[in-house]
Amino acid sequence: MSQALLPHPLFAGFGGAFEFIFSRQTSNVTGGHKVGGIDQVLELALRQIEVSVVALALAMLVAIPIGLYLGHKGVGEALAIGLGNASRAVPELAAIALIAAVVGVGFWTLVIVLAVLGIPPILTNTFTGINQVDRPTIDAARGLGMSEFEILRKVEVPMAVPSVMGGIRTSSINIIATATIAPLAGVLTLGNFIINENVYGANGVLAGAIVVSIIALIFEFALAGLQRRLTSKGLRLQAQ
Amino acid sequence: MISALAGLPLAVGQVGEGFFKERNGSACVEHRSHLFCFEWAREHIGDYATPALQQLELVVISVLIGFAIAFALALLAHRFRYLEPPLLAGTGILFAIPSVAFFLLLLPITGRGRETAIIALSAYTLQIIYRNVMVGLHNVPESAKDAARGMGLTSRQLLWKVEVPLAVPEIVAGLRVAVVSTMAIATLAVFVHAGGLGEKIYGSGNLNFPTTIIIAGVIAIVMALLLDAVLLIGQHFATPWRRAAREATA
Repeated sequence: MSQALLPHPLFAGFGGAFEFIFSRQTSNVTGGHKVGGIDQVLELALRQIEVSVVALALAMLVAIPIGLYLGHKGVGEALAIGLGNASRAVPELAAIALIAAVVGVGFWTLVIVLAVLGIPPILTNTFTGINQVDRPTIDAARGLGMSEFEILRKVEVPMAVPSVMGGIRTSSINIIATATIAPLAGVLTLGNFIINENVYGANGVLAGAIVVSIIALIFEFALAGLQRRLTSKGLRLQAQ
Repeated sequence: MISALAGLPLAVGQVGEGFFKERNGSACVEHRSHLFCFEWAREHIGDYATPALQQLELVVISVLIGFAIAFALALLAHRFRYLEPPLLAGTGILFAIPSVAFFLLLLPITGRGRETAIIALSAYTLQIIYRNVMVGLHNVPESAKDAARGMGLTSRQLLWKVEVPLAVPEIVAGLRVAVVSTMAIATLAVFVHAGGLGEKIYGSGNLNFPTTIIIAGVIAIVMALLLDAVLLIGQHFATPWRRAAREATA
């Protein structure tokens, strides 16, 4: 099947992985116990999506209000920017591994850790997005009699949408990537195939990597679409 | 070729028989009661030199390759404007693939080893560097270009003598982000047997031993900050006119 499906020898190695995704196979380790197949793949994929969505929502819930507040007031630049820069240096999978080893495992432990790792890009981008709205624009809004909250809601937030969404997209990539190693924290995601090669074999590892990549790309495209929807018409026209 | 995957150094959940024996002599290791075992760290810190150097090498090579490609792409897009959106989207898609998956997806194509790690790591830097070079070139003031044209510079001279130098701050900003994030991702190079500090994090049994995760993680972060500082110093020397301007206004 793999030969017919993917004739080029360069990609022949992927054939087994696709078979693993769609049909159950006998593992040589588990004594005839069957592994893989679309049911198991979907179950693990849904778990990974669940963890990622909850963590991303939590990160947004914390980071966006703080970013809006600091950006509007124009304070805490060192905190907002520094946090974003520093967080890039943290090897996230190692951080998950460490926390699993120290704190223990569980759905909410994992969600909270993923959310914490997801906060810096959103916070930094929300801050810079709001903060970079130029002074004359805000003065004009104030001159029109807008309250501080109206300025934030009607002027600053719409202009910051591309930047904020950029932060959310970065965060979503990081969270999905890091959620791959969630089995270490006791939550069975697609990383289960990747980490337990002794059970699922080389095809399982590759199948896990393929499905994780597809999920990440779906998130990326969905968020890019959402960004276009949320960007005000005026700004879209200006960009063209 | 797929069989080359067998025997990844991941033995999660099944601590090797020799694991605690290798680490004996340190009471805090045997009891596993400590977050960080200084005694063990003092004895074994030397073991981290080789993986650290391997990782530094991976990062430097990958960022250099990524820079060469991204810079060339950016110059192309600068010259032929219609290339700009597709190149941004293309590098963006590479960037959106989760890092662990990226390394593993390359295995059937390029096999295990350093090359695979370098391909994945440099692919990640493309988006960051490309975007920053483009921003830098866009931000060159029209007046500076007009002045250069007035002095009789050809468009090639304009690019290399005016536009690129004036874009250096943004380019360096991109390189700094690239270096720092590549250093973090390079700990995953161990998944394709390319060595690096990941050996000390994901290697057999290490995941149950916080001390080694902390040591390796801290070394990676410190190296990232050092490279960042090197780039900042490099920028200082690559943009003498900025210093001149500061001195003039001071």
